Amino acid sequence: MSASPRFLANGDTVMVVEFGDGIDLETSSRVTALATYINSLALNGINDLVPTFRSLAVHYDPRYLAFGILEETVRAALPDLKVDHHSKREWLIPTCYDPQMSPDLTEVAERCSLSIEEVINLHSQVAYHVYMIGFLPGFPYLGDLASEISLPRKETPSLRIPARSVAIAERMTAIYPNECPGGWYAIGRTPMTFFDPLNNPPALLAPGDQVRFKPIKRDEFDHLADKNEHLVGHDAMGLPT
Amino acid sequence: MIAALHVQQGGLHTTVQDLGRYGWQSMGVPVSGALDATALRVANTLVGNAPDVAALEILGTGPVLEINATRVRLALAGGDASIQLLSPNRRDLPSFESFCLRRGDVLRIGSLTKGAVTYLAIEGRLDLPRVLGSHSTYTRGRFGGYHGRILASHDDVPLLISEAPERKESRLRDQTLPGTLPIRIIPGPQNDFFSPQAIEILTNNPYTVTPAVDRMGMRLDGPRLTHTRGFNITSDGTAPGAIQVPGDGFPIVLMADRQTTGGYPKIGCVISSDLATVARLRPGNTIRFELASLEQAATARIDLQNWFAKLPSSIESFTPSGIIDTAALNTENLISGVVGSDDSIEPHT
Repeated sequence: MSASPRFLANGDTVMVVEFGDGIDLETSSRVTALATYINSLALNGINDLVPTFRSLAVHYDPRYLAFGILEETVRAALPDLKVDHHSKREWLIPTCYDPQMSPDLTEVAERCSLSIEEVINLHSQVAYHVYMIGFLPGFPYLGDLASEISLPRKETPSLRIPARSVAIAERMTAIYPNECPGGWYAIGRTPMTFFDPLNNPPALLAPGDQVRFKPIKRDEFDHLADKNEHLVGHDAMGLPT
Repeated sequence: MIAALHVQQGGLHTTVQDLGRYGWQSMGVPVSGALDATALRVANTLVGNAPDVAALEILGTGPVLEINATRVRLALAGGDASIQLLSPNRRDLPSFESFCLRRGDVLRIGSLTKGAVTYLAIEGRLDLPRVLGSHSTYTRGRFGGYHGRILASHDDVPLLISEAPERKESRLRDQTLPGTLPIRIIPGPQNDFFSPQAIEILTNNPYTVTPAVDRMGMRLDGPRLTHTRGFNITSDGTAPGAIQVPGDGFPIVLMADRQTTGGYPKIGCVISSDLATVARLRPGNTIRFELASLEQAATARIDLQNWFAKLPSSIESFTPSGIIDTAALNTENLISGVVGSDDSIEPHT
């Protein structure tokens, strides 16, 4: 039996239900289970439910809901909370580990004293759990990365990590939906789109999903990327680019 | 013919904002929306809109806009900025008051001299698509508002109605928006990551707004807040107004475009009804904090709601007078010698 969560105020519009402070599947499953439960209540005045590794941020409108009532509602539900360790959805993400698309693959192999093939195998042979989405729209935190290829974040972040890069840091792997600076090691690239504001929902992945990476060759990547271009060739207003 | 505001100059940072984009934070999508929701609501009310309609949010220096519609009703509300008709005849226009402009009129909103943000509301609404349910611009994600970016020269911001209805104009009698220092904060959720004195230091000392301020956050300068358990937490959700403290010990107040999750401990959070007051502060301004309870936050929120409820009775309607009808002047030649649309002719005062 897990300990009772902490109910913390983050201002007067957010209640944080904190189940722990670590990163583990059990905590994460309780967080997503609570989100599913609160969603099912369809309470008036809930603006957003934001699952993270170890807590659920409940964004509420204090005109409709008071902190105390919200806390009571959650407390009453906890004993019967259905914590499902099975993933809601499973994804197979085609990923090209071609050195040209993977600026940091060689460095990772060297730092971990492994061959490039070993790094690719260690990365692609694990079923990852989507802990949360944050940092950037559609940026998924996936774990747990094999300890053999776990490295701390770069001391000096790269100025430019290309869009759709598959990257690693600590015990996590992630996909950069858009180009941006970042401290993670980019070891591959996927042709898939992980965030599109014109889609509903806008992000491909959701917390609780399961993800595997499937190594593909460069020509297959190019083929899939071409196909994808036709699907996403519009700007943020839906106009052709 | 389409109705639009033609942008001659975009200004420093002019974006389309409504009250924000809720419902997608679990996918990492920030809420965005107006930094000063109170000012946005006032501007909208003055032009007869619902309070949550998207308007132009102006930071720093405003845009120069040419009216490309039969008649457009506008109102500016928020910080102090000059608002001037450049063409056909140069004259100053009022803030906190609605007015109508016609096709070809050119409007310039100057630099903010007091406050950091102001809103230009347009009767009807902007004819732009909603992205994820909102018109708010999230510039870092390049979506929402006008093509996901700040306005720039040659843009045409489309309007839904080309001719605003004729009626009396509206004026806010007392042109001060509610909100004063000190800013009230609720401690937590990670106040236990700081020394016991940290919250006292934060509430007993003035802090200064640094130039590092944007729609995402406001970095403050003042006495450092000491962490006792490191400055990294396992990421958790952020809140509007959350005060996060990175390793250097200087607090950052999270604003409208804040990331949905973060890995720095948050010592406290600004109460929702004081967020707009924070947004009005400029670099160099002093900010003071005081502790509040959830009950006090609820009372403050009711006070603000009551202020909004009384807003219609604080607004007087009037028939614009003393305004030179340039169209009539050009056709009827009522005043000898000054007729024409030459910008160099200044009205006599």
